Amino acid sequence: MYIYDEYDQRIVEDRVKQFRDQIRRYLQGELSEAEMLPLRLQNGLYIQRYAPMLRLAVPYGALSSARLRKLAYVTRRYDKGYAHITTRQNIQLNWPELEDVPDILAELATVQMHAIQTSGNCIRNTTTDQFAGVAADEVVDPRPWCEIVREWSTFHPEFAFLPRKFKIAINGAREDRAAVGVHDIGLNAIRNEAGELGFEVLAGGGLGRTPMVGAVIRPFLPWQHLLTYLESILRVYNRYGRRDNKFKARIKILVKALTPEVFAGKVEAEWASMKDSGATLTQEEVDRVSQYFQEPAYEAFDGDDASYLEKRRTDKGFDNWAMRNVHPHRAPGYAAVTLSLKPTSVAPGDITAEQLEAAADLADRYSLGEIRSTHYQNLVLPYVQQRDLPELWQKCRELGFATPNIGLLTDIICCPGGDFCSLANAKSLPIAEAIQRTFDDLDYLHDIGELELNISGCMNACGHHHIGHIGILGVDKKGQEFYQVSLGGRSGRDAAIGQILGPSFAAEQMPTVVQKVINVYVENRTPEERFIDTYQRIGMAPFKESVYAANH
Amino acid sequence: MQRIIKGDQVIDETWHLLPRDVTLAELSNSDDLLVPLPLWQEHSHALLARDGGLGVWLEADEEVESIADDLQHFQVVALNFPVFSDGRHYSSARLLRERYKYQGEVRAIGDVLRDQLFFMKRCGFDAFALRADRDPYEALESLKDFSVTYQAATDEPLPLFRRRR
Repeated sequence: MYIYDEYDQRIVEDRVKQFRDQIRRYLQGELSEAEMLPLRLQNGLYIQRYAPMLRLAVPYGALSSARLRKLAYVTRRYDKGYAHITTRQNIQLNWPELEDVPDILAELATVQMHAIQTSGNCIRNTTTDQFAGVAADEVVDPRPWCEIVREWSTFHPEFAFLPRKFKIAINGAREDRAAVGVHDIGLNAIRNEAGELGFEVLAGGGLGRTPMVGAVIRPFLPWQHLLTYLESILRVYNRYGRRDNKFKARIKILVKALTPEVFAGKVEAEWASMKDSGATLTQEEVDRVSQYFQEPAYEAFDGDDASYLEKRRTDKGFDNWAMRNVHPHRAPGYAAVTLSLKPTSVAPGDITAEQLEAAADLADRYSLGEIRSTHYQNLVLPYVQQRDLPELWQKCRELGFATPNIGLLTDIICCPGGDFCSLANAKSLPIAEAIQRTFDDLDYLHDIGELELNISGCMNACGHHHIGHIGILGVDKKGQEFYQVSLGGRSGRDAAIGQILGPSFAAEQMPTVVQKVINVYVENRTPEERFIDTYQRIGMAPFKESVYAANH
Repeated sequence: MQRIIKGDQVIDETWHLLPRDVTLAELSNSDDLLVPLPLWQEHSHALLARDGGLGVWLEADEEVESIADDLQHFQVVALNFPVFSDGRHYSSARLLRERYKYQGEVRAIGDVLRDQLFFMKRCGFDAFALRADRDPYEALESLKDFSVTYQAATDEPLPLFRRRR
C-alpha cells in the first residue's frame, strides 16, 4: 500500500488548515452560500436532506486496518456509529456536524486519509479493480498508475473548476472489473507487441442522464506520456466542454458533439506542445511508487489447500460462501475474499463502527493488514491463505459479512436515495430491501446465478443503474415515486447501456416485476447461460410481454 | 481608488478597465487602458498610436489564440471570470505563459475571490483584481494555502516527482 512521505502528508495537512479557515469564514458570513458551495463540495461536504454528508476519499479502494479503526473512531465520535461505502470506492458519513468537519479531517490526516476532490466539478477519485495486484488475469498492476494519477490530479491548479465532475478509472487485467468504458477517461494498461507498457485510452464514457460508452481515442500511449496526455484531454475539456447546461457539461457530450476522431485530434494537437515536457514520467518515479505495491512474501504452497477443498465438499454452507465470496488468486494456496455488505435489511454498503473494527482485525489476522473497498460496495481481503478460509468464514458469519451473494441478484449496488440524498427523485434503499427479501432463498438465488442489479434514486446514476443487467431508476411521476426498469446493461470489456423495459412502476410492484423478469430468464435459459447471456439471445420482447401482460 | 494584488503585494490600481461596449472616441490618450478584445480587433492601429499603456481583456469564451500574434503590444492581458466557478481562463493563463511565452502581466478580473488565488497563481496569473467587496490584504494569506504542489505548472516547470529528494 502507498505510504505518504513528508510531501504527501504536508499537502493533506495544509488542506485541513485551509478548510478549517474556509468553514470559519463561512460560519462568520464572510463566505456566501454560493461561494462556499464548490469549496465544500471539493472537500466532499454536501448539505443533505437531514444533515451534512461527508464523503471521504479512498484512493483506488486502498484501506488498511489502521484506517478502518480510525474510521470506526470517527463514526462513533462524530457520527452515528456507521459509515457507507460508495460506488466510487469511497466512504460516506451521513450525520456529521458542519462545525466538526475540520476536526474529522484532522483525525483522518493522521492515517493519511482526506476528503479532497470527492465531489465538485473537478477530477474525482481514480478507481480500479478491487483485485488489483492479486488477480490471476492481471497484465499490469494498475495501482502504481492510480497513485501517479492521484498525485497528478490532487489540487491540479488548472482543473479545479471544470464544466462538470470528471472520473478516471484504470484497469490492468484481461477482464475489466473497473468499468473503464463508463468513465470520463478509461485507461486499460496493456503491453504492445514489443512488450512495452502503455495505455489504451478511452474518453467520453459516463452514466448520468445521457449514458454512453467511451470511445478509444488512442490505442496505445507509452507510459512515459500518461500525465501529459491526461493533461491534454483535460485542457481540451476545460476549454470546450459546455458550461451553459449542467446536463450537457460532461466530457461525453463534447466527445459526441465533436466525434471521437475530431476530439482525439484536438487532444493530439494540444499534446504536441506538452509531450516530452518536464511533466513526462520518469522510470525513477514509477519505481518509487511501485515499491509500495510489491508482492508480499507469499508462503509457498503446492496448489490449492486440501483442508479447504475438503471443507467445501462436506459443508454446503461453506461451499456456497466459497463459491461466491472467495476469488481466485495468483499465488497458489491463497485467495481474495469479499466481505459482503449486502445482507438483507441493511442498506447496501453500510457498515457499523463495530464491523469496521472487526474488519480491521480480520485484515490484520488474515490479510497482512490490507483491505479494500469495492465499487460494488463491499470489502475485500486481498491476501488470505486458503487454509484459513474455514476459520475466516466462521468469523464472517458472526460479524454479518458472510452473506454468500457476491455477484448475485441480492448483491445490489444502490445509492443512498431519497432517504438521505436531496438530489434523489425516489427512495432506493426500500426497493433494494424488498427485492432482497423476495430472493432470500439461497438455493434459488444461487440457481439464478450471476446477475447485477443496480438501483439509482435519480438520473445522476450513483447506483450505476445503466450498467446493471437489471437497472432500476427512481423517477418522479406527478409527485409520486416511480421506478423505471432497464435490462441488458453491463460493465466490463463489452460494456453496454441497458434498454428501458417500458413504463415505470410503483414501489410495491417492484419485487413482482423483478420476479417476472427472472422467471422469463429461468424459463428460457440454456444450462450455461447467465441472465445477461439469455437477455442478449432472446432480446427484450419476452421480458416486456411477461411483465406488462394483463393480470388474469 | 481600487487596490489590486500584484505579485504578493497590494498596490494601487492604475489601469482603467473599459466596458464591453466602449467606443474608440471615448478613450483618453494618456491613461493606461484595458480594452475589450473586439475593440482591439477592430482598432488596433488607433490603439497602438496612443501614448498611454495598453492591455486587453478577454471574456471567458474568448480564446488566447486570438491574441497570440499581438502579445508584444500588451503590457497586461486581463482574463475575466464572469463567475468564479468558470475555470476556462486557468487554461488560458497557462497557454499565455507556457505556449506563447507572454512575459507581461496576466491579471484575473471579474468574480475573483481569495480561495481561488493559489490555483490562479500556479497557472501564471500575477495580478488579481479582487471583487470590490473583498479585502485584498486578507486575501494575500490564500496565496500561501499550500506549501507543496504535485504538478508541473507555470510557477514550477518540474512536477514533484522530479523534485522529491
